Amino acid sequence: MRPFAYAQATSAADAVAVAGRDPSAAFLAGGTELLNLMRDGLAAPGLVVDVNAVPAKGISFGEEVIRIGALARMAEVAREPRVRDRLPVLSQALLAGASAQVRNAASVGGNLMQRTRCWYFRDAAMPCNTRVPGSGCPAIGGENRWHAILGGSDACIKVHPSDLAVALTALDATVVTHDRRIPITEFYRLPGSTPHVETALRPGELIVAVEIPAAGAGFRSGYRKVRDRASFEFALVSVAVSLDLDGGTVRQARIALGGVAPRPWRALAAENAVRGRRLTPDVLRAAGEAAVEGAAPREHNAFKVELVRRTVADVLERVGGGR
Amino acid sequence: MEEDAKGRFSRRQVLAASTALAAATTVAPGGARPAAAGAAPEIVGPGEVRVALRVNGQVRETLVEPRVTLLDALREKLDLTGTKKGCDHGECGACTVLVDGVRVKSCLTLAIMREGAEITTIEGLADGSRLHPMQVAFLERDAFQCGFCTPGQILSAVGLLKEGRPRSRDEIREGMSGNLCRCSAYPNIVDAVADVAEVPR
Ligand SMILES: Cc1cc2nc3c(=O)[nH]c(=O)nc-3n(C[C@H](O)[C@H](O)[C@H](O)COP(=O)(O)OP(=O)(O)OC[C@H]3O[C@@H](n4cnc5c(N)ncnc54)[C@H](O)[C@@H]3O)c2cc1C
Ligand code: FES
Ligand code: FES
Repeated sequence: MRPFAYAQATSAADAVAVAGRDPSAAFLAGGTELLNLMRDGLAAPGLVVDVNAVPAKGISFGEEVIRIGALARMAEVAREPRVRDRLPVLSQALLAGASAQVRNAASVGGNLMQRTRCWYFRDAAMPCNTRVPGSGCPAIGGENRWHAILGGSDACIKVHPSDLAVALTALDATVVTHDRRIPITEFYRLPGSTPHVETALRPGELIVAVEIPAAGAGFRSGYRKVRDRASFEFALVSVAVSLDLDGGTVRQARIALGGVAPRPWRALAAENAVRGRRLTPDVLRAAGEAAVEGAAPREHNAFKVELVRRTVADVLERVGGGR
Repeated sequence: MEEDAKGRFSRRQVLAASTALAAATTVAPGGARPAAAGAAPEIVGPGEVRVALRVNGQVRETLVEPRVTLLDALREKLDLTGTKKGCDHGECGACTVLVDGVRVKSCLTLAIMREGAEITTIEGLADGSRLHPMQVAFLERDAFQCGFCTPGQILSAVGLLKEGRPRSRDEIREGMSGNLCRCSAYPNIVDAVADVAEVPR
């Protein structure tokens, strides 16, 4: 790990101001991702700005929005009784991520900013277009079992690893920074020919909160994460669903996929397949099929296509049927 | 140091030795690093910075670069080597300690971030020479082989119970999934935690 200078900020304004003094500065929240990135030579900030004392904590339940501070911890949000009751998809996604110790330290803002777990990205000795633009993407012709089947490009087929971001996509959340608001669907960038640009965040821009429309708290929702072991593992495929039901008929649906694309993947075609319908076996099957429209699997990950179909159908049935 | 019949050192001996080894710089609680309201935050480092850590009820001051993890500060600076380094990446749980009563991985946090917090390591879990009930349960259930993961397992289990009593063995397994055991003593570890949590078999 390269040596760095360190400062503790006590307000968002201070954090932004002090970070502005060094173009390489990084914010530090829980540290559960930044420390690994620095240790592995994937980040080398000259200045680390600890934002843990910035008052961007806690969860508030307003009439219009539910606001979660960027420094709220994953465990704290997952355990909050009103989150469990009214936003089960959020609580379930958080609890499906990492381990208890990591969830106790990791913040919501840091979670959204975590980098891909692609093993070529994580190994500083390997080429990687995300890390070193133009160096190539060994995943495309290499070990790509974990990689994207949707949204990838000739330059990069990473997947975004956050479970939280998938749930927030299904909840139509907005990322609030110190000076603007970014809908979560516009927060993450697809790689295209510039895979090193991953989010809409400007350097030195601080996330202060995430907001969820309060209406979503009336919907049924749920998350399912399919992985290689039962706990403490990233998703091969995950599905977050939020359903506004009128009796047995779907009024509105939001469906988001994790583990399959460089960003949380909103499955619009699957949403269309269920809107205005009852969740019969045929409709569930059609939704699963629609979710993988345009999928481009690679040598080792074709299994994800079927996994998405089945997981989408399963979560829709479970959430819609109250199973 | 005298070993007992099983070749173990008594806790008291280990404690005494580690206290003697540690540079005895006991100071008042620190944590004055954040700037007063209005003033710009102070930038420190990248060289060594004086940091006061409150470990096992004792405030101890040490010099660390900002990049030093809590794990390395405990082991290398404070000679508290009960906390183990397995992966140094948050994946194995061997470095688990309690910070303000909450279990975290000490390889994923900086020492300088934890100034003023109450840190509990395996060395500080017992009450004098009376072992913590979780330590007793690990002994009784033979919940280890090589013992490398054990300090982390025990601190993690203590943290788990503080988060709410697990109601089943499955909940224990899930709650302890951040702690790997290369010797695969898992069934006995679950037994030990279940004993203290009073989860029926
Ligand atoms: C072993 C392991 C397993 C994991 N498994 C999962 C998993 O299954 N699912 C999952 O979703 N996650 C998983 N994670 C990732 C974990 O959730 C993240 O490490 C964590 O959420 C990051 O939060 P943090 O507060 O520790 O961030 P930090 O490490 O403090 O910061 C991470 C990044 O975000 C930036 N940042 C932090 N806060 C802000 C802010 N407010 N505004 C702007 N930028 C900011 C930092 O500069 C840094 O670049 C795992 C992590 C580990 C170590
Ligand atoms: S050494 Fe910290 S989790 Fe492995
Ligand atoms: S007892 Fe050997 S690693 Fe767990």
